[in-house]
Amino acid sequence: MSSAMFDLILQATLDTLYMVAISGVISTLLGLPLGVLLYVTRPRQILAQPVLNQTLSIITNIGRSIPFIILMVAIIPFTRMLVGTSIGINAASVPLTIAAIPFVARLIEGALNEVSPGLVESAQSMGATPWQIIRKVLIPEARGGIITGLTITLVTLVSYSAMAGAVGGGGLGDLGIRYGYNRFNPTIMLITVVILVVLVQGFQSLGDYLVRKSDRK
Amino acid sequence: MIELSNVSKTYGSGDSAVHALSDVNLCVPKGTIHGVIGLSGAGKSTLIRCVNLLERPTQGSVTVDGQEMTRLSGGALNQARHRIGMIFQHFNLLTTRNVFDNVALPLELMGEKRSAIQSRVLPLLEMVGLADKAKQYPAQLSGGQKQRVAIARALASKPNVLLCDEATSALDPQTTGSILELLRDINQQLGITILLITHEMEVVKSICHRVSLISNGKLVEDAEVGDFFTAPRTQLGREFLNDFLQLSPPKELIERLSATPNEATHPVVRLTFSGDAVSTPLISRLARECNVDVSILQAKVESIQDRTLGLMIAELLGTTEQTQKAMNYLQSHQLEVEVLGYVQRNV
Repeated sequence: MSSAMFDLILQATLDTLYMVAISGVISTLLGLPLGVLLYVTRPRQILAQPVLNQTLSIITNIGRSIPFIILMVAIIPFTRMLVGTSIGINAASVPLTIAAIPFVARLIEGALNEVSPGLVESAQSMGATPWQIIRKVLIPEARGGIITGLTITLVTLVSYSAMAGAVGGGGLGDLGIRYGYNRFNPTIMLITVVILVVLVQGFQSLGDYLVRKSDRK
Repeated sequence: MIELSNVSKTYGSGDSAVHALSDVNLCVPKGTIHGVIGLSGAGKSTLIRCVNLLERPTQGSVTVDGQEMTRLSGGALNQARHRIGMIFQHFNLLTTRNVFDNVALPLELMGEKRSAIQSRVLPLLEMVGLADKAKQYPAQLSGGQKQRVAIARALASKPNVLLCDEATSALDPQTTGSILELLRDINQQLGITILLITHEMEVVKSICHRVSLISNGKLVEDAEVGDFFTAPRTQLGREFLNDFLQLSPPKELIERLSATPNEATHPVVRLTFSGDAVSTPLISRLARECNVDVSILQAKVESIQDRTLGLMIAELLGTTEQTQKAMNYLQSHQLEVEVLGYVQRNV
């Protein structure tokens, strides 16, 4: 393998990591509060707001139901407004983030749902405010589930980021399509797939390790 | 001091409405331990949750230490809850916090400083006998230890009132005993008023001063524990007592019992002795003075706090006049006599 090819692969790997990192961090920052809101506004929950809950739920479902490839193209004007261009890894990070927010939110909501209602009740009996319950009971007790959810998100983002190549996004998926598929280079194709497998394995192992470390049960 | 007046709680409305509590009146004086006993679904859980407004009553008022809880909401309610501790059947400890941090939680919620927390938590752990477990996590503790942590946590904010929601129902009998002892100590040393709900007579017998019996959301009996155990006034009260004493006629005898007497039968009676009657040799006197023979089928003596309770199921053998005279004799000596039925003489 030529050093040019090596540089190409290295650059593509870094691009993929960049897209996953940006979209992973921002979607967590926005998806976590949304997930908490989806949970605590449920009927009979600590901040029960049935109308708000239904509204958020519908918006989240819409976000989750749009196929990523369509979302990517559909929000091009928004992407251009935000990062000034519709191609490249920065541009690809926008739809990745948008797609991941409702995904993260639902996983967080599911993790919070696993917290025993008795714990919330006992915090209420101590005079905890809803915000204290979220901060001191729900999130810490759901820690394992939240980390599991974020791991799933990262793995999904690795796979979605490969699609970003379709809009000139860059990264390993783009490399695989352009060099491996369009130019009939099975070696490149194989290498990109192997690197993707390694990345996914790495994220999963890291996530599993963190879950184990946080588990006190 | 806890006062519930005309408290009702209804879930839903119209035909599907469920009346969890109907017109409950209850007063627990300061420093006493009051038990509420009832079967599952009787409304015990709703009742205790109405005290700190985890459930808001549909009607009526709840007053704790002179403060009308039912008028409070938001921040004022949270403030009032700092003065009411609560422990639960399943302990409800945070799994991700160690013992120390679990007990510290209510203090954190009140915004106490770290140093104040430190000086409050350690003595509490000392009191419940878990000072050496401060750094352990709940998963490493036994059920009894978890409940001790929960008790320490409930006392952290120096409450005047402690609510116990089936606090010993998930524990084995021995552990139950030690937790009840701890609760009694807390009541005596700190003067905390305790309201507990349970389905176990043992709990009421061991630590309560007064007891209320709840059925279908209504309080049907309210008595001193000694009175409740010696003379329950309701059928349900008697069932609880018999269940607790495990005193009921043998099955094969029940099958032979007929409801009405004739010349060929003699009565089977349940005798309840309390007060002076316990220490009097009544059965031998009965045999002498009324000329009847007494065949004892089952008997039991229980001490309930400062009282002694005797129970006996016996056949009275004699003529109809003799056995009637015997029953009158027993009743005149303050025994409660209940005729369970009649059996054939020759069997």
